[in-house]
Amino acid sequence: MELKEKIIEKILLLIALSSITVLTLITFFIFEEGLPLILKIGPKAFFLGGKWIPSKGLFGIFPMIVSSFWVTFGALLLGIPLGLSCTIFLCEWTPSSLATLLRPALQLLAAIPSVIYGFWGLIVLVPLIRNYLGGPGLSILTGSLVLSFMILPTVITISEDSLKALPPSYKAGSLALGATHWQTIWRVLIPAARSGIVASIILGMGRAIGETMAMIMILGNAVKMPTSFLDSARTLTTNIGIEMGYATGDHRQALFATGIVLFFIIMALNTLAISLSRRRVR
Amino acid sequence: MTQSIAKFIIWMAALSTIAVMVLILFQILKEGLPVLHLRFFLDSPKDMGREGGILSTIVGTMALTAVAILFGAPLGVGTAILLKEYTREGRTSFIIRFGTDCLAGIPSIIFGLFGFVFFVIYLNFGWSILSGGLTLAAMILPTVISTTEEAIKTIPHSYREVSYSLGGTKWQTVTRVVLPNALPGILTGILLSIGRSIGETAAIILTAGSSLVMPTSLFSPIRTMSVHFYILAREGISMKMAYGAGAALVLFVLLINMIAQWLINRYIRHRT
Amino acid sequence: MSQESKIVIRDFNFRYDSVQALRNINLDIQPRQIFSIFGPARSGKTTLLKSLNRLTDLVFGTSHTGTIFLDGMDIYDPKVNLTQLRRRIGMVFDLPTPLPISIFDNVAFGPKLIKFNQKKNLFEIVEKALKSAVLWEEVKDRLHTSALRLSGGQQQRLCIARVLALEPDVLLLDEPCSGLDPISTASIEETLRQLKKDYTVILVPHNIQQASRVADRAGFFLNGELIEEGPVYQIFAKPREKRTEDYVTGRFG
Repeated sequence: MELKEKIIEKILLLIALSSITVLTLITFFIFEEGLPLILKIGPKAFFLGGKWIPSKGLFGIFPMIVSSFWVTFGALLLGIPLGLSCTIFLCEWTPSSLATLLRPALQLLAAIPSVIYGFWGLIVLVPLIRNYLGGPGLSILTGSLVLSFMILPTVITISEDSLKALPPSYKAGSLALGATHWQTIWRVLIPAARSGIVASIILGMGRAIGETMAMIMILGNAVKMPTSFLDSARTLTTNIGIEMGYATGDHRQALFATGIVLFFIIMALNTLAISLSRRRVR
Repeated sequence: MTQSIAKFIIWMAALSTIAVMVLILFQILKEGLPVLHLRFFLDSPKDMGREGGILSTIVGTMALTAVAILFGAPLGVGTAILLKEYTREGRTSFIIRFGTDCLAGIPSIIFGLFGFVFFVIYLNFGWSILSGGLTLAAMILPTVISTTEEAIKTIPHSYREVSYSLGGTKWQTVTRVVLPNALPGILTGILLSIGRSIGETAAIILTAGSSLVMPTSLFSPIRTMSVHFYILAREGISMKMAYGAGAALVLFVLLINMIAQWLINRYIRHRT
Repeated sequence: MSQESKIVIRDFNFRYDSVQALRNINLDIQPRQIFSIFGPARSGKTTLLKSLNRLTDLVFGTSHTGTIFLDGMDIYDPKVNLTQLRRRIGMVFDLPTPLPISIFDNVAFGPKLIKFNQKKNLFEIVEKALKSAVLWEEVKDRLHTSALRLSGGQQQRLCIARVLALEPDVLLLDEPCSGLDPISTASIEETLRQLKKDYTVILVPHNIQQASRVADRAGFFLNGELIEEGPVYQIFAKPREKRTEDYVTGRFG
């Protein structure tokens, strides 16, 4: 009996190591495929190179890095106020008929596959933007708009948790001192929950940078430095997603190398978010 | 004064969020539902998808999801059991949690790259249900782990004490007291993972291929519903079929999520 | 002593990390008696009970010195089968803790742990246990309904039945009547008087009055030390120690 228990514990330990094993495998193989290429053409040519022409052996991903950040920045520009507003709404204005609609709406938004978002962006937003704002329609702006809604559930869930975790005395105390409802929210509650809210934004950022399918469908495919929000562009993710199907040799390795960059950025963002959410603001 | 402006903005934000969701669903379902008749679900795609139905993609999706759950669920539940019942906060649990948290943040395209080089090439499984399913299993692992942990957390410690004081061993306590009571929460996590698997595209294109032929074994390449939808839409093969495939996809995902939500609500009511 | 002591505790010390919960406990407990351990809060009573069935092993960072003998066997001996020990020493907790399953399954839980699956025998065991716990008459027609539907007093008797199903030698009861109304309390106390004919009972009472109603012998615990012990009439009427007298007369609590 004792022996059986010990064996079971050992088996469970092995099972539990699966997540760290998978992580190690991912890291190892991505680097094993991509690093040789970065070393081959040199980091400067790779990270700062402005031209991506696989047939000529040019693998500069700088435009992609810039595009990724533009799209993400745009998504945050709309997504942060939207997300914060919805969070405040959920925390402070329940119960109300709109709130009972908002929650399921958010759950659905979270469940909808990214290809559906992309499709909707393609069918509805792209013509709208092309007709009213100009440009090809397949643009960074379209991408940012769609992304801002895709990251909403991430931002809202975590911000909501932070706000709900605050001691009720904060709110009670502020109101007792004569502050209005809004002043309480804006000057007391939000600053108090700020590390959690910032963490949620960073995680939303990570989600945005990592999005592939929807972006492939609505960003267009221009491998150049974007100069305006109405330009088509290619991000780090779409670069991989579009070309992986037919890339070989150096080209394929370059896509893995792009993966390395993506991996680093997201790891950095996630670690930052986790460490922030562990800190409590007094 | 600021109060009312702020209130207005916030209400507008909530409204627009709901509106966008309604718009998206409405668009897909309005054009797609008419395409969904029984034959659509029972026929395989013909002529690259311009004709016929989506049967092989449904089969492919189900097979892939089954493999993912078959591997991902036991690994995830086992990990959560170890974290909550066999260790306390220390170096081992820190390492495991770190691995899980990192895994949760990795985007699907990276999983796709990994699955491609590891399962398709290195282990020589080729583009197949197996490669895709195993990659998906890795992707759902963090979700299963955290939902199982949450479910286990709600089991009162007194239940465990009862089992131990009656002479139960740790494993007996886990299997006879903890798991049966945590089952609804665990199932919810598995359902959510199924919903995620159905909608997943990037990782699957790179690991399961895009064959429209009905699969014959675990090593057959397949096209899932989401991949089929993506290809139809992007290659402009047939808008009508794309809408149909999209509507079917949305309906499946919504159904799974509604069941999961219902299970969560029933679970909460049962507990309190 | 005409009989061997059932439980012998010698120089027993117990620590939770850096906190010393029990100091130098020396105590003999006789079979077929109710022994009551009483004293103010945080004096180590629950810790002592939980040490007897080694439920304290579940907590990390604990340590002890000294020995506890059950029928002459050292319960902390590494060769001791822990699950068998816990079946011989059964415990009932202060809050009724029925498992969220049927009444029958609750009582059968213990026997099923040792793979006692023969259906006929299982029923007999459950019936016998419920009768000993004075609960059989009240539940015999609804054995397969949820145990959560029983009243507080019935749930607590169910917990007693659950323990009795394993036919232990010793019963540990940690404030079994807290949270129960006087009628339920009276029924539990009557049950205990029946049980002491066959079992060794160690009871942490809800209050001293309960100890004097029910117990044969009693021991006064204060700050982890056993101050004095003896027959109940002596401890409560003419305690030897001043501290015992102060507590019993209510000068501190």
